[in-house]
Amino acid sequence: MNPHPDFRQYLAQRQTRRTFLGRTAQGIGSLALAALLNPALLSAVAAERKEKWPGVVGSLHYPQKVKRIIWLSMAGGPSHLETFDYKPKLARMHGEPMPSSFTQGKQIAQLQGQKLLCFGPQHGFKPFGKNGTTICELFPHIGSVIDEICLIRSMTTEAINHDPAHMFMNTGSQIAGRPSMGAWVTYGLGSESEDLPGFVVLTSLGQGGQNQPIAARQWAPGFLPSRFQGVHLRGKGDPVLYLGTPAGVTHAQQKDVVQTINTLNAQYDTIVDDPEIGTRIVQYEMAFKMQTSVPELMDIRPESPATLALYGCQPGDGSFASNCLLARRLAERGVRFVQLYHKDWDHHGGVKEGIAFKAREIDRACMALIVDLKQRGMLDETLIVWAGEFGRTPMSQGGDGRDHHNAGFSIWLCGGGIKPGFVYGATDELGYSAVENPIDVHDLHATMLRLLGIEHTKLSVKFQGLDVRLTGISGDAVTSILS
Amino acid sequence: MNKLRCLLTRGGGFLALVLAVMSGAAEPISYNRDIRPILSDNCLLCHGPDQKTRKGKYRLDVREEALAVGALVPGKPQESKLIARINAEKPTERMPPPEAHKTLSAAQKQLLRDWIAAGAQYEKHWAYLPPVKPATAPGRNPIDTLIGERLAKVRLQPAPPADRRTLARRLYFDLVGLPPSPEEVEVFEKDQSLEAVSRLIDRLIASPHFGERMAIGWLDVVRFADTIGYHSDNPRNIWPYRDYVIRAFNENKRFDQFTREQLAGDLLPGSTREQKVGSAFNRLLLTTEEGGAQPKDYEARMLTDRVRAVSTVWLGQTIGCAQCHDHKFDPIRQQDFYALGAFFADLEEPIIGRREPGMLVATDAQEAELKRLDEALRRAQEEFDAPRPEWQAAFGAWQVAQAEAVTRQRQAAATNAANAKNSTSGLPLREIADLLLIPAAQRDQKQQEKLYAHFKSVAPETAEAGKQLASARKARDSYEESIPHCLVSQTNSHPRVVRVLPRGNFLNESGEIVQPALPAFLVPPGSATNGLRLSRLDLANWLLGPDNPLTARLVMNRLWKQFFGLGLSRVVDDLGAQGELPPNQPLLDWLACEFRDSGWDLKRMVRLIVSSEAYQRSSVATKELRTRDPLNRELAVQSRWRLEAELVRDNALAVSGLLLDRIGGPSVKPYQPDGYWENLNFPVRSYDPSAGPEQYRRGVYVWWQRSYLHPSLLAFDAPTREECAAERNRSNIPQQALVLLNDPTYVEASRALAARMLKEGGSEPKSRLTWGWRQVLDRAPRPEEFQTIQALLEKQLTEYRADPAAAQALLKIGQAPAPAEIDPAELAAWTNIARVLLNLHETITRS
Repeated sequence: MNPHPDFRQYLAQRQTRRTFLGRTAQGIGSLALAALLNPALLSAVAAERKEKWPGVVGSLHYPQKVKRIIWLSMAGGPSHLETFDYKPKLARMHGEPMPSSFTQGKQIAQLQGQKLLCFGPQHGFKPFGKNGTTICELFPHIGSVIDEICLIRSMTTEAINHDPAHMFMNTGSQIAGRPSMGAWVTYGLGSESEDLPGFVVLTSLGQGGQNQPIAARQWAPGFLPSRFQGVHLRGKGDPVLYLGTPAGVTHAQQKDVVQTINTLNAQYDTIVDDPEIGTRIVQYEMAFKMQTSVPELMDIRPESPATLALYGCQPGDGSFASNCLLARRLAERGVRFVQLYHKDWDHHGGVKEGIAFKAREIDRACMALIVDLKQRGMLDETLIVWAGEFGRTPMSQGGDGRDHHNAGFSIWLCGGGIKPGFVYGATDELGYSAVENPIDVHDLHATMLRLLGIEHTKLSVKFQGLDVRLTGISGDAVTSILS
Repeated sequence: MNKLRCLLTRGGGFLALVLAVMSGAAEPISYNRDIRPILSDNCLLCHGPDQKTRKGKYRLDVREEALAVGALVPGKPQESKLIARINAEKPTERMPPPEAHKTLSAAQKQLLRDWIAAGAQYEKHWAYLPPVKPATAPGRNPIDTLIGERLAKVRLQPAPPADRRTLARRLYFDLVGLPPSPEEVEVFEKDQSLEAVSRLIDRLIASPHFGERMAIGWLDVVRFADTIGYHSDNPRNIWPYRDYVIRAFNENKRFDQFTREQLAGDLLPGSTREQKVGSAFNRLLLTTEEGGAQPKDYEARMLTDRVRAVSTVWLGQTIGCAQCHDHKFDPIRQQDFYALGAFFADLEEPIIGRREPGMLVATDAQEAELKRLDEALRRAQEEFDAPRPEWQAAFGAWQVAQAEAVTRQRQAAATNAANAKNSTSGLPLREIADLLLIPAAQRDQKQQEKLYAHFKSVAPETAEAGKQLASARKARDSYEESIPHCLVSQTNSHPRVVRVLPRGNFLNESGEIVQPALPAFLVPPGSATNGLRLSRLDLANWLLGPDNPLTARLVMNRLWKQFFGLGLSRVVDDLGAQGELPPNQPLLDWLACEFRDSGWDLKRMVRLIVSSEAYQRSSVATKELRTRDPLNRELAVQSRWRLEAELVRDNALAVSGLLLDRIGGPSVKPYQPDGYWENLNFPVRSYDPSAGPEQYRRGVYVWWQRSYLHPSLLAFDAPTREECAAERNRSNIPQQALVLLNDPTYVEASRALAARMLKEGGSEPKSRLTWGWRQVLDRAPRPEEFQTIQALLEKQLTEYRADPAAAQALLKIGQAPAPAEIDPAELAAWTNIARVLLNLHETITRS
């Protein structure tokens, strides 16, 4: 049995350092002593032990099509019937009872025990792009890049309430405590960023007021080491919690404090010879660097007016569009997994106005992200996923809304390794169940890992006696959508 | 899972190999130690207990079946099909098959061959056999005897005892979770007698902070939190349970009783308030208030949540795996899972929605006060209800006057609607007005009483008595509201029906109905229940009964981890086949037997462990030890690790002098970055940090918001307690540096510590720095440390003298006012010195 990679790294690390310091367990080598008296050398000690996580997947299982993922989580559950799945028959049956043949034996959320009536699409649809893909006319910007997009109209999920459904979409399990996909990916492949976390999360609110809560567990590392947790970059206050130096302490003073801490820790290490100390020194350097790199990253003022206009955002507006622009900046800096939550899709009521709000908030921004990545030559090495945690019922709720729905909904993918301008799968004629090429969350995860070069059955961690993986015990990569 | 465990899980076989090689002695092959892990990990998925995934026609975990098909021919490896298949050249023949992604190493193949040659003997899984207490010679701590036997066998030399300072700090952090004062350490250093150690141990175990320290791990494993977990993650009344746990450890409540109270405190005959609070354990699970949640869905979630909890807390079995199918590796059937869940089907609770306020948890004094207020209310009511001639007289006059007024008003209304609208003020409500118009003699008694009651509510004559009644009611109600409540267990005589859910699917109601039953693989067949439905109390009694080989081992294994950093069996939440056979099983078994034989006396076990030489050894390993036993499985040396999240906080507050070390009470809210709860909703939440001394309570009292745990605790690996957590990560990440450098809690603690260095540390920088070092680390700075810190001090002093505004800004952080008598520039510079001290690796390390 081979030792775990963590363990291998641990051994290697100790070896490297001992060689470098020329130290024995009993005494301090001369180089080490010199390092203690000379801060520049101390940094060299730390640099030698730079902890850039290489990932556990040594040699990739498939050719890597994309280096990173930008996951646009449309939180609340977007209606597929007012976005990407046109159902003229549902319009014709508007107000009529939903045939029970569609709903029998299926999970129902708030409409439990109520009369189920068909509710036609609330907005018009029209064809876009070379293939004339029909999507809702509220999304002309996405329509303008529809030839770059692979639209999936046959998505399904197991969960039907927000919290468990987010958990399922993020971790492949409805039980709390499993690693989020961003953590899995960073664990598997490592990060290419020196001074930013490998997994970053951004959130934005919608104007409609249906902002469902999102728990921090959605980006938690679960049973993977904590270093793989998603770091939430916040729009207000410190972008990273506790990033700001205390009032009355200058950046230079903070540097002196950190330097002194590291020197004293290195001095202590000569006595107890504890590998954790070296790691801690590196973490303090990383933390200090983040105090500069993160604010620099978050400041979009240096972006050209043309870019800001493309996204339709203003510095500091905290919008989804701003977050899309930040996602591009994170991608440029080597961050492996960027997840954007945009809330307010939970249209139990007022779906007509609600979707119009959402279209204004996301339509241009999604297009801009695709166009911007493409013009910078990064689109073909990035996978963009647009997906809610579930869809919405073809039946009305309260006469002007739609309930949660998990039997069929729409998502889209865009970027490297994906068939562009392609539509995959379909729901039935009323938009209830995915009937043609249905895919589930595990399939989606398997596909995403495949594009990163990973066979999903081979990325696992022992937990409670099982080889646990992101895809649970099932999942098949959807090869028909791969280019 | 723990990083360490992550690292260990795959390293284990490797370690066994290293130790086997270094011991030099060829030990006979043991099925449990050598063979079962190979079969379990590589073969049993298809040749194991779960019939649904069984692909082979036979099982390899049952000797008879393996022999019957010739997979094994005892004594003749060359004739055994198993050997042929694992060595097969053709990929289509070879086992494990390629799609399993498993590969046997040459060493593993050799072990299998040797085992068959030696007769292919099986053993029951070690943890399912009752623990046997090894004989140990009197006069020495049996822990040391049993560790010593292993060390002799693997020829490792134990490390020397830790120095007194290290030992004192270790005992303090491990037993009470607080640092010793420099004075205590000094005394301890001077008295080198053995008695001094045992006196210190006794004192710490008797300290009221012992319970706080012990509670941390327990609260993790039972998933105690202040909020419900799902979706809105709203608060619930539960903190009295946390204090119950602290008290239980402090009073050394016997573990069997502790268990009974938590699972079935409400079912104990004549159960006390305390025992009922213990039964809050059954209410600690995740619940939801989300609209559209389906009761059947959440009934199933709650059942599985509780089964996972009982199996993690008391059994160390991954029974959760059997929710959808029979267990893959352990003999746990899907039916066992649901039968275990059925024990909790009697709990009275809403499946969806807001939890009830719970039971009143009053102290005796509060109860007396409530009684007094009840009595006052009763008297005021009596007073108000008593017949009084003067009120009756006034009532007569009032009726006449009011009846006239009503009549007038109605006439006016008939002629002029607009006027009437304007003149209704001062007149009684329509219902009363109608009554007034009925002649008194024609009213029935009810109508008359209603009218009188209304009169009393408005008449000036009754105003004083009415006011007194209202204030008595308000006093009583608001007092009751101020007394803590706690969710507890209550039994319903019509338990919910529990069915086996095929593939765990709650929509499928075709599964058989199950009654509460103990796991079949642990209970001797034919255990009669006399047709009675088993209760939670039966479950608790069985857990601590003679037939259960798991619980004592499990609890001792977790306890060991608290004091050595690693369980004797390293997988602390799984004693099943996929867990680890402890390298020193005699020691774990001895501890388990001793624990049971002592009448489940936890303090006794703690004392035994920390009194051992093994516990008191140095944690600085020699090169030889590190090379030969890198993970310290043989315990030749102590281990060192970063303090638990709560203790990182406690330590900073303690050394700065800010700590309020009161025991128990409602959860508290330390400073938290603005907007951290912005993603909570229903309702939108604001966060108000605790004011005054409550701000400086220990970490164990921090408000545990499951979906957004306090970020300073989260950074140091405190679990969110959404699931039972038998162990924590021990990570080393940049967020920890950011917390210690920039969190106002630590900046304020630094400022308080700085003020003390300046006031209590003499007048020279050197004496002040020395004072600070002793306060934080219980030792003086070494010369090179002194040089390093002095350089920083001088620079900071110069800078703050040049920028008084910056100094003022730094000193304003935190609620506690800065002492006015200290020069702000000086205090600011020293605050940064203190920040360095609180950030040191040594400061946050238990060694």
